[in-house]
Amino acid sequence: MTGKTLYDKIWDAHLVDQQEDGNCLIYIDRHLVHEVTSPQAFEGLRLTGRQVRAPQKTLAVVDHNIPTTNRAGGLEAIEDLDSKRQIAMLESNCAEFGVPHVGMHDIRQGIVHVTGPEQGFTLPGLTIVCGDSHTSTHGAFGALAHGIGTSEVEHVLATQTLIQRKAKNFRINVVGEAPAHLTAKDIALAIIGEIGTAGGTGCVLEYAGPVIEALSMEGRMTLCNMSIEAGARAGLIAPDEKTYSYLKGRPMVPAGADWDAAVDYWRTLTSDADAVFDREITIDAANLPPLVTWGTSPQDVIAITGTIPDPTALADEGRRTAMQRALSYMGLTPGTPMEDVKIDRVFIGSCTNSRIEDLRAAADYARGRKVAAHVNAMVVPGSGLVKEQAEAEGLDKIFIAAGFEWREPGCSMCLAMNPDKLEPGERCASTSNRNFEGRQGRNGRTHLVSPQMAAAAAVAGHFIDIRKVEV
Amino acid sequence: MDKFTTLTAVAAPMPLINIDTDMIIPKQFLKTIARTGLGRNLFDEMRYTQDGSEISDFVLNRAPYRDAKIIVAGDNFGCGSSREHAPWALLDFGIRVIIAPSFADIFFNNCFKNGILPIRLSDAEVSRLMAHAENGENATLTVDLENQTISGQDGDAIGFDVDAFRKYCLLEGLDDIGLTLQKADKIAGFEADRNQLPWS
Ligand code: SF4
Repeated sequence: MTGKTLYDKIWDAHLVDQQEDGNCLIYIDRHLVHEVTSPQAFEGLRLTGRQVRAPQKTLAVVDHNIPTTNRAGGLEAIEDLDSKRQIAMLESNCAEFGVPHVGMHDIRQGIVHVTGPEQGFTLPGLTIVCGDSHTSTHGAFGALAHGIGTSEVEHVLATQTLIQRKAKNFRINVVGEAPAHLTAKDIALAIIGEIGTAGGTGCVLEYAGPVIEALSMEGRMTLCNMSIEAGARAGLIAPDEKTYSYLKGRPMVPAGADWDAAVDYWRTLTSDADAVFDREITIDAANLPPLVTWGTSPQDVIAITGTIPDPTALADEGRRTAMQRALSYMGLTPGTPMEDVKIDRVFIGSCTNSRIEDLRAAADYARGRKVAAHVNAMVVPGSGLVKEQAEAEGLDKIFIAAGFEWREPGCSMCLAMNPDKLEPGERCASTSNRNFEGRQGRNGRTHLVSPQMAAAAAVAGHFIDIRKVEV
Repeated sequence: MDKFTTLTAVAAPMPLINIDTDMIIPKQFLKTIARTGLGRNLFDEMRYTQDGSEISDFVLNRAPYRDAKIIVAGDNFGCGSSREHAPWALLDFGIRVIIAPSFADIFFNNCFKNGILPIRLSDAEVSRLMAHAENGENATLTVDLENQTISGQDGDAIGFDVDAFRKYCLLEGLDDIGLTLQKADKIAGFEADRNQLPWS
């Protein structure tokens, strides 16, 4: 018998039923819920008279719509009536169905993918779902985690299971001597640039190799977060000592003898040496420069030292049309050096890059400097606890002194469902994960970068190679 | 869920790759708390100007495509956010079939759960159907789920693959939760065992 991959092991441990046609029923250990993709699911339960099967395996957090200013005014102060209704609805649905709810005044409140790991809701070897495609973030702990649609949210609420077909195994090895400036964001962008936004379709990615092992838990979350941008529904990293030390003592993590038993089990969660992957690639990190996206797809990646690409050089007509459309949307001329591209806004936040380590890294490039006069820059911590920690370290003061706005936690300008959005034509250096048309505001122009690159660009007023900036 | 058997309808050509869910239904329309009513805002930013007037050359603003129930599109349809508002908006507009060379995983699943049939075909077959869809008044296709064929275009009917279970659910208009709850005993047994594990 050949060995099993990490994905195979987790899958097998959760298989409730397998039909002859390959459709399977898998058990779901943890379900994260937020205000945007859940109202219709709760509505469905109500209409059919169904209950939430396992409320204690469910955790609701308000994040997508929540304003990042004036929290003190509470729900009443939220101007957008639709947002207010969704936020209120989450609270009342949770009360009605007995689901634990982290509301807007709770210090733990934050982006659901930041709050989950922080609380130890996320553990190795579990299956975790949420009505949000960046649920892949939790794969950093060796959990099988992926986004689901609202019908599936209802399905999980009612049955604690999900109908799935098994995905393919795709291992991405990242090797080589990682340069000092290399961030997890650059690794993520490099992978997406390499395999494309459909490269991982139908697959679960496993990230492996020395460069991945060297990443912090925050970095691993950044990387797994963007698996969905590579078309994969989930990304996985085998748990190790870093994982255990991150988890130990967190509120929802087993303790005492249970902890020891858990760690013993978690140590088995690696791909066997003779496991077979359907696809495997190796990326050499040694030569990776800081990366930036130029277009409207996360695969539109270039080096900071590169120039805006030329569509006429493309043979494939579909790709050429897509590139022309992207360049015109982005207001960019082929041949322009990336470092000459000026920006109007900077957004440091999102479930990709809003954890304490991200804020520390960005603060290094803001300390003692000033945001360029024509740039508006904001920092949105991923959770109340991240914010508290950052303030304890004085990071807020560094940002504020440099001219950054320091906000309350939430999704914010990652998708601009709250008042934080780009004006038409504005160009933004953003640490988020999607640069689609209109993502950060109608006709807004998004360039995806690491927190370091975003902070350095805020100061320079244009994109700049962080290798030139002293910290 | 409405049953899906055979559909004869206008097919709208959208020869773009990577049509993402932000394009299908921009996030300002995600604040609804019901599943219906999103059709008006399907492809909103491509379909309307900022002041709300129609952009006349957008395909769904043109006759006969205003009545389209089928979309023929490029690679990787439905990529991006997992929002189920995307299939809801498509369905509310009247779209029941999407034909493309490839789809994003989550979107593909979400379609079936909402009575929409996504069909993967080869590039050559999609090109044939795209050319047919671009043909104004004659842009009608017939999609027969029982026999898994598409006809109406020039030349032979095109066969397509569909997961047997998904097909059955669509033909019968069955909802997943009801089907799963038929296995309630199995779930309960599995759950009882799993709850014993200290790490679960
Ligand atoms: S931060 Fe952005 S990507 Fe992450 S959950 Fe919020 S909206 Fe989604």
